[in-house]
Amino acid sequence: MNILNTVGLAPYLIVSGLLFTIGLFGIFASRKNLIVILMSIELMLLSANLNLIAFSSALENLTGQVLVMFTLTVAAAESAIGLAIVMVYYRNRHSVEVQDATMMKG
Amino acid sequence: MNWTLAIPEIALSISGLIILLWGAIQKKGNAFFPCAILSIAAFVAVGFLTLTVSNGVGYNGLFINDEFSRYMKILIIIAGFLSIILSIDFNGKNDTNCFEYIALIVFSTVGAMVMVSSNDLMTLYMGLELSSLALYILCAIDRKNVFSAESGVKYFVLGSVASGILLYGISMIYGFSGGMGYSTIHQIIASNHALSAGFAVGLVFVLVGLCFKISAVPFHMWTPDVYQGAPTPVTTFLSTAPKFAAFALFLRLMIGPFGHLSPQWQLLIEVIAILSIIIGSVGAIAQTNIKRMMAYSSISHMGFALVGLAAATPDGVMGTLIYLTTYLFMNVGTFAVIAAMSRKGHVVENINDLAGLGKTDPGIATAMAIFMFSMAGVPPLAGFFGKFLVFKAALGADLYSLTIIGLLASAVGAFFYLRIVKIMFFDKAVEALDQRSLSLSFVTFSMGTLTLVFMLFLSPMIQMGQIAAQSLFH
Repeated sequence: MNILNTVGLAPYLIVSGLLFTIGLFGIFASRKNLIVILMSIELMLLSANLNLIAFSSALENLTGQVLVMFTLTVAAAESAIGLAIVMVYYRNRHSVEVQDATMMKG
Repeated sequence: MNWTLAIPEIALSISGLIILLWGAIQKKGNAFFPCAILSIAAFVAVGFLTLTVSNGVGYNGLFINDEFSRYMKILIIIAGFLSIILSIDFNGKNDTNCFEYIALIVFSTVGAMVMVSSNDLMTLYMGLELSSLALYILCAIDRKNVFSAESGVKYFVLGSVASGILLYGISMIYGFSGGMGYSTIHQIIASNHALSAGFAVGLVFVLVGLCFKISAVPFHMWTPDVYQGAPTPVTTFLSTAPKFAAFALFLRLMIGPFGHLSPQWQLLIEVIAILSIIIGSVGAIAQTNIKRMMAYSSISHMGFALVGLAAATPDGVMGTLIYLTTYLFMNVGTFAVIAAMSRKGHVVENINDLAGLGKTDPGIATAMAIFMFSMAGVPPLAGFFGKFLVFKAALGADLYSLTIIGLLASAVGAFFYLRIVKIMFFDKAVEALDQRSLSLSFVTFSMGTLTLVFMLFLSPMIQMGQIAAQSLFH
């Protein structure tokens, strides 16, 4: 029994749209901490994953779920690299606040 | 399944792994130089493999090889090859001569090549991530330099946002068309001209992701900061290979699967092109750092290259391909000159540090002047033919306002290019720059010669470009 038959596709799309918006706002509106930004990026990728799974189930087509497997791997690599870069940045500036990232302007 | 189609990518990945392994097991001494030589050999070999590999679609429709992908891959391989040559001497200066650097450039090139050959949104995403993830690290590779670390942070944050948006767009396109293959999407659009809202959202999100990669306005904010902070050879790579790959995707997607929608996206591309040309040209005027200036210059070059896509004709695509080729020569050459800018072992990046270069080092100043004239579009140098071909295609497609605005903005652009020539030849000489190394001279003068004599091999280039463009239109 496909669970989509009972709730339909729309709630999934709404939730994933909300998650995506929260992620985008977390990056552009809050602008406080690099770690918060890393979390927001993760949220955006996961909202796309939710979308892909919902569509894959609704379309009865496995391609979406295959891409989700790849995306999870990419997201793990991305956050590992992100944390490493934030570490490098912290060693130079002793801060992970976004407002301190202003050495270059113009 | 025809697995041989991906042999160039497979070979380059294996060489990257060998470099990584060799560097890790090397006990004594620095593995940077032997790894660099190994990667140069790998790039040459993969270049030949790319030329010989057959055409076709493979891996269950995920991967495509045609004349167009071959043309773009050769450009990307040349960009990777030249960046490695530039870094051989440069990286010793700021202590970034580690073997990981070489491996990352190689992997990023593999990612860019996969992007060019993608025939499915899944391949597109994986190739794009492979190429970007390596680039994020490369930007921050000068660990002890605060500018490099900051450029890494900025590129990572904005790049990840862009790929998140792109992935969301891919999911929408998948949901509303029922497949990820370009041919599936093409059939759906061809059979059903009414565009569903969800599909349009997906298309726009994918466009945003790609615009970020080629640093077209309104998604150009990262470019000056990242270009300034990253080590110069990385900037050279960053301003060529990933942009070519993203441009290849742009052309393949817009002409292929979204080709039937050209009335809808043509205006969008026109606006992006005009804004990129104007903001790139105007923004460059106020800059004092030469790498920031080159960042704005590359924004405007991407705008010019988009003019060819806005025309949406085989001639326009051919113009874009020729434009990107000339951009490769001029850009890598200019960055080779910038890499040569150092005094007493310290990197200097101010435009005024070039003052009097015409007297202290006439050879490199002449080469720089050639690049600047070519970027400004002065005939008979390479840059002129690129601009000529894209605007000719735009006129052929009746895009008169785009052509007029583009030509006016390129006159504005000429101002800051010629200002550099004036500073080099007519300003009072400051202290001479350090003796330039052999590898930098090699890149500078080979690119200078290519820019100068481009007109001699213009007609074979146009022929190749036409064949490549035709393969997109079938």
